[in-house]
Amino acid sequence: MSTCSVSKGCFVFKPSPKKRKLSQKTVNYFRERNNASEDTDVRFVTCQSLWNQIKLETEQIQEDLNKQLFDNLVSFLRQSHSEFQEKTTEWTCRMKSREIPTAALVLGVNVTDHDLTFRSLSEVLQNNITPYIALLEAKDCPGIKNLMQKLMGQLMNCYIDVDSLEDEDHMQVSQNKIRCSMTSIISWYQNVTKKTDSETPSKKRTSSSRHWQSPPVVVIFKDMESFTTKVLQDFIVISSQHIHELPLVLVFGIATSPMIIHSLLPHSVSSLLCIELFQSLSCKEHLSTIIDKLLLTAQFPFKLGEKVLQVLINIFLYHDFSVQNFIKGFQLCIVEHFYSQPLSVLCCPLVDAKKRVNSLSHDQCENIRRLPSFRRYVENQASEKQILLLTADNFLKEITQKLLEDLYVYHENYVSVLRCLHVFTSSLPKYPLGKQIRELHCACLENRVWETEEYESSLQLARMLNKSDLVTMLQQCVEIFVSSSGKEFDKTIEKLKEFLTQFQELEVAEAFQEQDGSVSAQKELQKKTDLYHLQKTLLELKESRRSKKLTKFEMLRFEVVDYVDSLVRTYLVPADHKTLHEIMYFNTASVLRGHLNAAPRVALHTALNNPYCYLKNQALKSDGGNISNKAPDICIVYKLHLECGRLINLVDWLEAFSTVVTAVEGPNTDAASSDQVDDIIHARFIRAVSELELLGFIKPSKQKTDHVARLTWGGC
Amino acid sequence: MPNLEHPAYPAATLLHLESLVPCRESQVSMLLSIFGERQQFSFPSIFIYGHTSSGKTYVMQTLLNTLQLPHVFVNCVEYFTSRLLLEEILIQLQSCSSETEQTSRVPCDNFNDFVRLFKQAVVSRELQDQTLYIVLDRAEQLREMEANILPAFLRLQELTDRNVTVVLLSEIVWELFRPNTGCFEPLTLYFPDYSIGHLQKILSQNHPPEYSADFYAAYINILLGVFYMVCRDLKELQHLAALNFSKYCEPVVRGEANERDTRKLWKNIEPHLKKAMQTVYLREISSSQWERLQRDDGEPGQLKGLSAHTHVELPYYSKFLLIAAYLASYNPVRTDKRFFLKHHGKIRKTNFMKKHEKTSNHLLGPKPFPLDRLLAILYSIVDNRVAPTANIFSQITSLVTLQLLSVVGHNDQLDGPRYKCTVSLDFIRAIARTVNFDIIKYLYDFL
Ligand SMILES: Nc1ncnc2c1ncn2[C@@H]1O[C@H](COP(=O)(O)OP(=O)(O)OP(=O)(O)O)[C@@H](O)[C@H]1O
Ligand SMILES: [Mg+2]
Repeated sequence: MSTCSVSKGCFVFKPSPKKRKLSQKTVNYFRERNNASEDTDVRFVTCQSLWNQIKLETEQIQEDLNKQLFDNLVSFLRQSHSEFQEKTTEWTCRMKSREIPTAALVLGVNVTDHDLTFRSLSEVLQNNITPYIALLEAKDCPGIKNLMQKLMGQLMNCYIDVDSLEDEDHMQVSQNKIRCSMTSIISWYQNVTKKTDSETPSKKRTSSSRHWQSPPVVVIFKDMESFTTKVLQDFIVISSQHIHELPLVLVFGIATSPMIIHSLLPHSVSSLLCIELFQSLSCKEHLSTIIDKLLLTAQFPFKLGEKVLQVLINIFLYHDFSVQNFIKGFQLCIVEHFYSQPLSVLCCPLVDAKKRVNSLSHDQCENIRRLPSFRRYVENQASEKQILLLTADNFLKEITQKLLEDLYVYHENYVSVLRCLHVFTSSLPKYPLGKQIRELHCACLENRVWETEEYESSLQLARMLNKSDLVTMLQQCVEIFVSSSGKEFDKTIEKLKEFLTQFQELEVAEAFQEQDGSVSAQKELQKKTDLYHLQKTLLELKESRRSKKLTKFEMLRFEVVDYVDSLVRTYLVPADHKTLHEIMYFNTASVLRGHLNAAPRVALHTALNNPYCYLKNQALKSDGGNISNKAPDICIVYKLHLECGRLINLVDWLEAFSTVVTAVEGPNTDAASSDQVDDIIHARFIRAVSELELLGFIKPSKQKTDHVARLTWGGC
Repeated sequence: MPNLEHPAYPAATLLHLESLVPCRESQVSMLLSIFGERQQFSFPSIFIYGHTSSGKTYVMQTLLNTLQLPHVFVNCVEYFTSRLLLEEILIQLQSCSSETEQTSRVPCDNFNDFVRLFKQAVVSRELQDQTLYIVLDRAEQLREMEANILPAFLRLQELTDRNVTVVLLSEIVWELFRPNTGCFEPLTLYFPDYSIGHLQKILSQNHPPEYSADFYAAYINILLGVFYMVCRDLKELQHLAALNFSKYCEPVVRGEANERDTRKLWKNIEPHLKKAMQTVYLREISSSQWERLQRDDGEPGQLKGLSAHTHVELPYYSKFLLIAAYLASYNPVRTDKRFFLKHHGKIRKTNFMKKHEKTSNHLLGPKPFPLDRLLAILYSIVDNRVAPTANIFSQITSLVTLQLLSVVGHNDQLDGPRYKCTVSLDFIRAIARTVNFDIIKYLYDFL
């Protein structure tokens, strides 16, 4: 991809008050590369509205997923100080040391996602518990002093926020004038709580009655692991002394395990805390939900191709576990798709798409004709139709509309059938097609799933399912189809229901022939569900099939599995077999990989080893491993140093360098071929070496004079 | 008949004071004799030390309050800079000298200013003829401040020429305070730890109004029997006593036993306390959770403590990075060839074992290793090819921020950073199991 895409990816949708201005600018980016006939403006607007829609959806999902956790936290915070506030006279309350209520919030190692969680957490707390919330980060708090400063800044600000009607002179108390100590916080707290108590008793109270008179002060430590022990200890010791005057609650954001509390805090300090554990949903489940709601739905016209999806999932599973990054990657795909694919203007809801097809320019029609999937389609048509398609724009538009409609129908059906297939495969032993629906989805996108070995073994295993499982699965499938929007499934539902009644009838019939030996044997087999036994029974069954007539149940089971198989074959065709799939599917994985999973070392090596790659200068086009003396000095030096061991002798290196540099002039300019190295070459060499040092490839060595040490090994 | 005797104070007050500080009578009477009468100059500085919960803060506070001696009480941890500390002392002085006058805050940057302002503050109050006590709790914090603060406080009487005594409270001995340049030596006073008898006496003092003192004392006796071995911290014991008392009373409340059925009560409470020792005491579960359990009669087994949640879910390559780091930390460099080269030939352990390597590397703890070694091991233990992408490098940094790895020495990227793996064997085995990697096979110690 061209280099301009780097800047493009970065700031397209940055939420900011200056959005209008920015988007104007980004429209220009969209225009820059393409001519106007390719609907850049429309594409940009479509892209933006699609992304906004998706963003809303993801936020909603996140909110739903966090609800349980936040509810628990809120009720914990509610209770935390109420006991002491209500029954101060009771003996136990007097005798117990008053600990600081602390919520240990285990959020998982996907640190990049925590920001969002904390933001919504503080929103929830603000709405339900208390306006006084401070979010602290370790990097802002190297010492207790900084911590107190940050804390006070945030608390006092929030005070100003809450009563923005308050007269100005309060704000004039500037930050550094207030002594940054706990006493100031306490007096501030007493001030604000007293004030809200006295003022407007009826009207304002009702609106914010969720906050009682002395709401707790919540201090959130976002990244517990990174805080230094000393700061935490001091803060806890100080605040525990004032817990009676200042109802403080701590929240520890923990990425690893709650054990970290014990390793950071000695017993004397942790005994000042009343720690309760809260665990957030695992990021994998979070991702599954996101994929389920964003990708496995016909709601959004934009789709991810198999390779791209695989890249995103791999980054998630292998590298960062970050759902936010996954969504960012998804966003990048959207932008890239709308930016690079002129026909993406049709990637919108079907009604709009049909309208837009009518107003396509001739260039765009040519673009359609150039699509590989469309060419394939044309080749399969009768010859006069072929000519029409390739010459008459109007006819092409008509056909395009029809094809788009097909594509939409395909999507709707695909999702339902995929879910239905997942019902079966997710309950098979060893999960030959994967446990998660995303694995199944990838398998189906990749190629014809029914041609794979895994699918074959899945079907065989499915033929071993016992009756009760089979019946519940069928019921689930019926539900999926009923709730799906696809129109074609009326017949399917009927068929499935028919199966269900047949199973019921079978049950009735079975009741009569309880004593039948084969049935009971069958039952016994059904209990064994592990792979080994299943395979064994499978073999036996195969034999018995030859020898013995099948029972009614077995026949029915075969029928069911065959039916599901037929559904799969009709509806789960890989997307890239579909005509015009390029409009909806983004599948340029290499772009995505370049953006999201860059390899700086490799890039650096390529740049230095093969400068042609970046400089595009014909003279540099190297033939094999030779060092051209036209290359920049640093490349020559780099290449030479690759041949050295851990320690490099500078004198030898210089000699080699000068040999390479003077190679061409060599034969004619005999004068220079003396032992003496030219001063200029010497200087160039020194500069190149120090550039290498700056890049981190070498460093001066103390072991041997006139030597430098290599810091890298191998090629990269 | 009071043990405490002092001509300056009425006997009733002394008696009251004595009842408030059981087991500290001798220290209090010592202090009283040092203090002398109200108007008499006392020793310029007193240093009181003793373990945590030996009652330093409590005794000083009770003493000064009961006898209504003019004093200032500051905690040096709370006022962590000298400026904050000095200003706090002045503020307290101001506020206790005259209630009517609005306390105006005066900036006080150094000790010189402090002496000046201090003199003003003492002039403005009429109590010049009484000794003023300045108590600096957690005085060990003073050592972190500017070097002149501690010596100056020790000689405050001389510097201000006022009737003032500075009392330092600390958990550590005076020897650790003394600056190399020398200073005025304070009078040191030791608060010894409470014996089990003392603890029994102090704890039994505050019995709940619903029950008799004897009943509560019996309870404290059982409590100390269980906890004394692990915990002598008065505060903690008091807390535990309050937490578990309701359980102790349960049989009595239900009418199954009367207050004198010590055996029955013991049988009821003892296992409960033992459980408490493994859970609440260690803060494995919180006190409020413990109380809730008690109320609902649940088993503490249902509630998993903090340490039960050791499992950390990591991205796939992070797991391998951690494993590689662990191997690099605990295997000698020379053995890498044997473990990670395909055709290493047969090298037996005895052949290439150096003398010092006979001791277990695990006993010696993790050793630092350079980044390149980590990556080399990573590439050889992961089945498929790993590209050295930016993500891999940022994963290493993430592991450092998660404290699973730690950077050794100065953190200079150009100089080749060195790391250590900080996780335990159990932890890494659990991680390795999730990726089907038999880590034991690759550890030199287990060869
Ligand atoms: N002699 C005593 N009589 C009654 N209660 C006491 C006595 N000594 C200590 N306590 C109780 O023990 C608690 C802890 O004591 P205190 O805070 O004075 O210990 P400390 O020596 O200051 O400990 P630290 O060094 O940790 O500050 C006090 O709250 C007080 O209730
Ligand atoms: Mg103390």
